Amino acid sequence: MGIETKIGEILPEILTTRLDQIVNWARKSSIWPATFGLACCAIEMMAMTDPRNDIARFGAEVFRASPRQADVMIVAGRVSTKMAPVLRRIYDQMPEPKWVISMGVCASAGGVFNNYAIVQGVDKVVPVDVFVPGCPPRPEGLIWAIMKLQEKIEREKVFNEKIEKVA
Amino acid sequence: MSENIEQTHSVKKHPRYADVSLIRKRFNGTVQQIIEAAGEVTLIVRREGLEELMAFLRAEPSLRFNYLSDIGGVDLGEFASPRFAVAYQLYSLVHNHRLRVKVYLKEEDDAHLPTMFKLWKTANWLEREVYDMFGVKFDNHPDLRRILMPADYDGYPLRKDFPIKGY
Amino acid sequence: MQAREIIVPTSSVSMLRKPDPLGDTEMTVSLGPQHPSTHGVLRLELVLDGETVVKATPDIGYLHTGIEKTMEKEKWQQVVTVTCRMDYLNSMGNDLGFCLAVEKLMGIEVPRRAEDLRVLLTELNRLSSHLVWFGTHAMDLGAMTAFFYAFTEREKILDIFECFSGQRLHQSCIVIGGLRYDVPDNFIQLVRDLLDRFPKFFDEVKRLVTGNKIFQRRTMGVGKISKEDAIDWGLSGPSIRGSSVDWDVRKAEPYSGYDRYDFKVPVYHGCDVWSRYLVRMDEMEESWKICNQALERIKEPGPVLSDHPKLKLPDRELMKQHIDVMIHHFLLASEGFTVPIGEVYQSVESARGEIGFYVVSDGTERPYRVRVRAPSFVNLSALPTMVEGSLLADVVAVIGSIDIVLGDVDR
Repeated sequence: MGIETKIGEILPEILTTRLDQIVNWARKSSIWPATFGLACCAIEMMAMTDPRNDIARFGAEVFRASPRQADVMIVAGRVSTKMAPVLRRIYDQMPEPKWVISMGVCASAGGVFNNYAIVQGVDKVVPVDVFVPGCPPRPEGLIWAIMKLQEKIEREKVFNEKIEKVA
Repeated sequence: MSENIEQTHSVKKHPRYADVSLIRKRFNGTVQQIIEAAGEVTLIVRREGLEELMAFLRAEPSLRFNYLSDIGGVDLGEFASPRFAVAYQLYSLVHNHRLRVKVYLKEEDDAHLPTMFKLWKTANWLEREVYDMFGVKFDNHPDLRRILMPADYDGYPLRKDFPIKGY
Repeated sequence: MQAREIIVPTSSVSMLRKPDPLGDTEMTVSLGPQHPSTHGVLRLELVLDGETVVKATPDIGYLHTGIEKTMEKEKWQQVVTVTCRMDYLNSMGNDLGFCLAVEKLMGIEVPRRAEDLRVLLTELNRLSSHLVWFGTHAMDLGAMTAFFYAFTEREKILDIFECFSGQRLHQSCIVIGGLRYDVPDNFIQLVRDLLDRFPKFFDEVKRLVTGNKIFQRRTMGVGKISKEDAIDWGLSGPSIRGSSVDWDVRKAEPYSGYDRYDFKVPVYHGCDVWSRYLVRMDEMEESWKICNQALERIKEPGPVLSDHPKLKLPDRELMKQHIDVMIHHFLLASEGFTVPIGEVYQSVESARGEIGFYVVSDGTERPYRVRVRAPSFVNLSALPTMVEGSLLADVVAVIGSIDIVLGDVDR
């Protein structure tokens, strides 16, 4: 992100705002998820890609198997204590800019399972942008989450970003 | 031993639980008790003659228990003696009848059983799970290590003195 | 000759093999736990010699949820909310198994209409589970379009579930004693519409996938397991019926009125991925037949919950007038009911095989121990036998054919 901040310092504000809007529009229109379907929510995530709840309209139907090519990680399902280090590793392998959607109550807060085996909320492991409640959330709910994420991306400042992102 | 496994259960009939009079006569020392309740037959046996009894149950033509459905462990309480019970659910594909064989084990040095891997390969993973969850060891098991919990986990989750939220 | 271990963590399988002057040819590679084709979080440690699998060791536990421990703290009637989430594609089958086990222990008879409705819902669930299997299996082997066909049909089945219980997955509507709800008004019409449409979808799918030469080449002769090995390793369900063992728990030990229905059990003798595929496709047709029969039977009204005082809340008007009825209602709603001391093992045919519930009760209002015999757990233990000696690409085909669900494997 070095060249962008340099450009931001040189150009006047009105131009960087325009550039911000263009870059954000490009980013939000093609959010590629990394496949991280764990449990039942994964089935609803797959149902989100079927012709009835078409996620391709939002540019997000390309589920990348490799996290190095993905933008968003949709943590769909319960995260066990054995899986938590793997989750963190996949998150670290994703290049910036990256976002995380925590799908379902098990990923958001432990869900029905308040016991020794499940991490009570995936935000203990990775920083989360959008939480989606539901057990499992309807595919429409997940589409709502993607739209909320799109709104969040729209508000980001790409150029002239003085605040460092804390990962 | 190859044989004609033409199933008798293609004729619609309800399952009978096995006729245990043969076992009672031959294994008088090993079999401590025979319980018939809720339509099912349970043999309570001693650990000492268990291998011989199981081999007999598998080989005897009128019983022919060639399928091991399940091995389940039960913890009878932290201060109970015997502490553990291990129940083998046996099924015969030839005669379509079931049997449960239960062994009681005391804690610490006594919590070990001979492996059934030589008779039914299903026992491989099922015994590993009983070991993982209760700490009951199986002698001569080809690969006795944890299966569901992480390899270096300390503690046996399904014991009654293990708190539900873990340590 | 020692094999040098190059462990490549997570993500997809690495195809690089460095040329080694010492002549070591084996490489250990980890397939998963995050992998698009493992149907969940399964990790396979593969020792590869080029592309041939020398040794395969499944490493499971990445989805272990402690469900058996959770069931010990729930009251009897609350357990059905947790059993759904084990094998999440066949949730009603799990619920049914648990409820049958407890009903056996308590000695309760379920009303006839409840039995028929349970059969209808379980068979629809089996249909939806096989559709997911079909979509994902074909997608793993490259036929991506099949996924969309399967899921479109599945959405209609989920509409029916939503109409009945309010939830698409994890319905928890099969309870101890019968069902939680009765049939809503438009339910029968919805099911009728779906069942009428199904044969056309089926013909389409047969032309698309079953008749596809590439699909056949990829699945015939792959992942063989002989009949003796299948019984020895404890396979069940469509996986064992593809190895010419004619065993279906619905026929052998009928429960919930299955002996009153007319259906066949498909058995194929090829012992490979192709046979298991054919078994499941035929099973979908048989499920369709059972659904048709069940739908006719539930048209007459009747009770859906047993009248046993432990299970049914008393009539509200009576409760408002008599103190003893109110005490009964209060105790049932707050403490729950108790189940007599004893133990029972009940097995049920899920979409994956024999799911067994070994329930131990100590006379209190919570289960003492519920042990779940998970079919995917036992089916997966046979994977090394099926896969050793075949190519890496065949591993993906075999995982799809035994149709594991990791929630079931790890519980």
